[in-house]
Amino acid sequence: MDLFTPSNPAKAATPLDLAAARERRQTGARRFAAALLVLCLGLLASLILATGIGRMEVGWPTVFSVILGKLGWSAAPADRTTEVVIWGIRLSRVVLSALVGASLAAAGVVFQGLLLNPLADPFTLGVSTGAALGVALLVMLGVGGSFLGLSPLPLGALAGALGAMLVVLALSRESGGRIRKESLILAGIVVSTFLSALISLIKSLDEESLSAIVFWIMGSFSGRGWIHVGFLLPYAVLGLILAFAYHRELDILALGEEQSHHLGVAVSKVRLNLLLGASLLTAGAVSVSGVIGFVGLVVPHLVRVLAGPSHGRLLVLSAFTGALILIWADVTARVLLASGQELPVGVVTALLGGPFFFYLLKSRRARGMW
Amino acid sequence: MIRAENLELGYEGRLVLKGLNFRVAPGEFAGILGPNGSGKSTLIHALSGLLPPKRGRVIIRDEHLGNISSRLRARIMAVVPQASEVRFPFPCLEIVLMGRYPHRKRLGSLTDEDLLWALRSMRRTTTEHLQQRPVTEVSGGERQRVVIARALAQDPKILLLDEATSSLDVRKKLEIFEILKFLNETQNLTVLCAMHDLNLAALYCRRLMFIKDGGILEDGPTAEVFTPDILGQVYETPMEVIRHPGHQRPYAVMLPLTPEFYEGEELLEAARR
Repeated sequence: MDLFTPSNPAKAATPLDLAAARERRQTGARRFAAALLVLCLGLLASLILATGIGRMEVGWPTVFSVILGKLGWSAAPADRTTEVVIWGIRLSRVVLSALVGASLAAAGVVFQGLLLNPLADPFTLGVSTGAALGVALLVMLGVGGSFLGLSPLPLGALAGALGAMLVVLALSRESGGRIRKESLILAGIVVSTFLSALISLIKSLDEESLSAIVFWIMGSFSGRGWIHVGFLLPYAVLGLILAFAYHRELDILALGEEQSHHLGVAVSKVRLNLLLGASLLTAGAVSVSGVIGFVGLVVPHLVRVLAGPSHGRLLVLSAFTGALILIWADVTARVLLASGQELPVGVVTALLGGPFFFYLLKSRRARGMW
Repeated sequence: MIRAENLELGYEGRLVLKGLNFRVAPGEFAGILGPNGSGKSTLIHALSGLLPPKRGRVIIRDEHLGNISSRLRARIMAVVPQASEVRFPFPCLEIVLMGRYPHRKRLGSLTDEDLLWALRSMRRTTTEHLQQRPVTEVSGGERQRVVIARALAQDPKILLLDEATSSLDVRKKLEIFEILKFLNETQNLTVLCAMHDLNLAALYCRRLMFIKDGGILEDGPTAEVFTPDILGQVYETPMEVIRHPGHQRPYAVMLPLTPEFYEGEELLEAARR
């Protein structure tokens, strides 16, 4: 078919404004690049700043020199204790919180886009709780340690996450095979509550692993280090690649299953891969830091209001924003209490995220996004 | 172009259509007519590969539909559904550009050709001015025309329409069908549309298929099958067919229901009570 022959010579008199359309799209791309640059710089600065903050006073120059020394770019002048605190304890924790934030936010983007539900996120769908149960079971059974640098805990979390996801989808599926949007979150909450109860049961049955399990329910980075970064990294990288590889399909899936099919998207395959990607991201995050709510819910909304609905940009910007938010949420959790005790970071994200989400719901501009 | 062989269609435990055998040649302009629930949409779903047949097969260009890859299928065939809802505020131009998906390489960037196709399609459907408007903020009729533009941007050889113009006003309906007619005549685009509007069908379709009671009741050139007898039988309504003195195409006029069309006396009885 050739659309280039005009049907109506009178109308064809005005040439198509290709240049203008191209220019408008490029403006969007430039704005995205600028936002990305700002976020990158913000992330770098945050890594240094957040590492400097803590009970032991350390100046930024020291932070700098220790990191440069560790990377082999200069001789490390700092003493051993400072080095351990900065590199071994603080920086690893900051990097971990950034990775977890990026994973949760990206998972939120995928879940919301895929299920066409503004309330979908790893937490509300019960996927996080499923992952936490997987971890709790392994802890109870005494499985731990690491194998070739890979811990079995993320695998347990992945099994739990996928299991919970499948149950939620099955519960919200109508007889015709369609997923009812209204029942999706309801099913998520039901499954999540049930799994929480199971976790509580495991806690009461096994006093010894109690403190370990409490971690995964409250969500905390306390005592986490480079080894956990290693646990999470393969899951985060694979999940992000999988999600990004299908960003164009995510856009099209917003038109619904039928029209996506007509446009040539292999719907079942794409959906399966995206669910797997989001579950990998969630499972990785939960296995190292427990259940942290609201990051996956609020960040995609926030970014969508600022950057539009296109999922490629949404994924990248959300990952960076999620990383930034969780770095600072964790810093807050570390230093907020004057007694020197730590808050679980999940408490901080809920305290910040709840009201913010309320604002998003009420704001006209944000509601226009759905 | 399209061949249905012994097609049997249905959903879980419910048979909708059976024993369908027909061919649609390249360049045909055919309408699928029938009462509510007769299976028009089901047939469109089957021809577009959305609904796998229970028995029989659909053959597109000598190839079993089930064996054609999703992307190739979308390059051959575009579908305009009844109504569509979009959940995110994509600008209308981006929606039309989604029609280029089956032509684009994985992760390949958008070419000028893609953009040109989108712009041309939008001009054809008089939606050019909507380029930057979020699709969530345009009227139902405008959205439907954007969807038709997206289907044209797919550069299909076959266009299936499922009640695609039902939500449009008279003028917009005619505009869309004029575009289809033009593409059909000049580019040999095969058009197959399920529709309710008898007179619109008689005006543009050269062939009509009437679906009734789970099968094809009549299938033939419009002039031969658009008769009071067949229409009356299909819609169980007294009909008269008149030839328009100007364009000489037939048009149907419905008459008030007479007792013979109320399945015996029972319904009339019930109505009186």
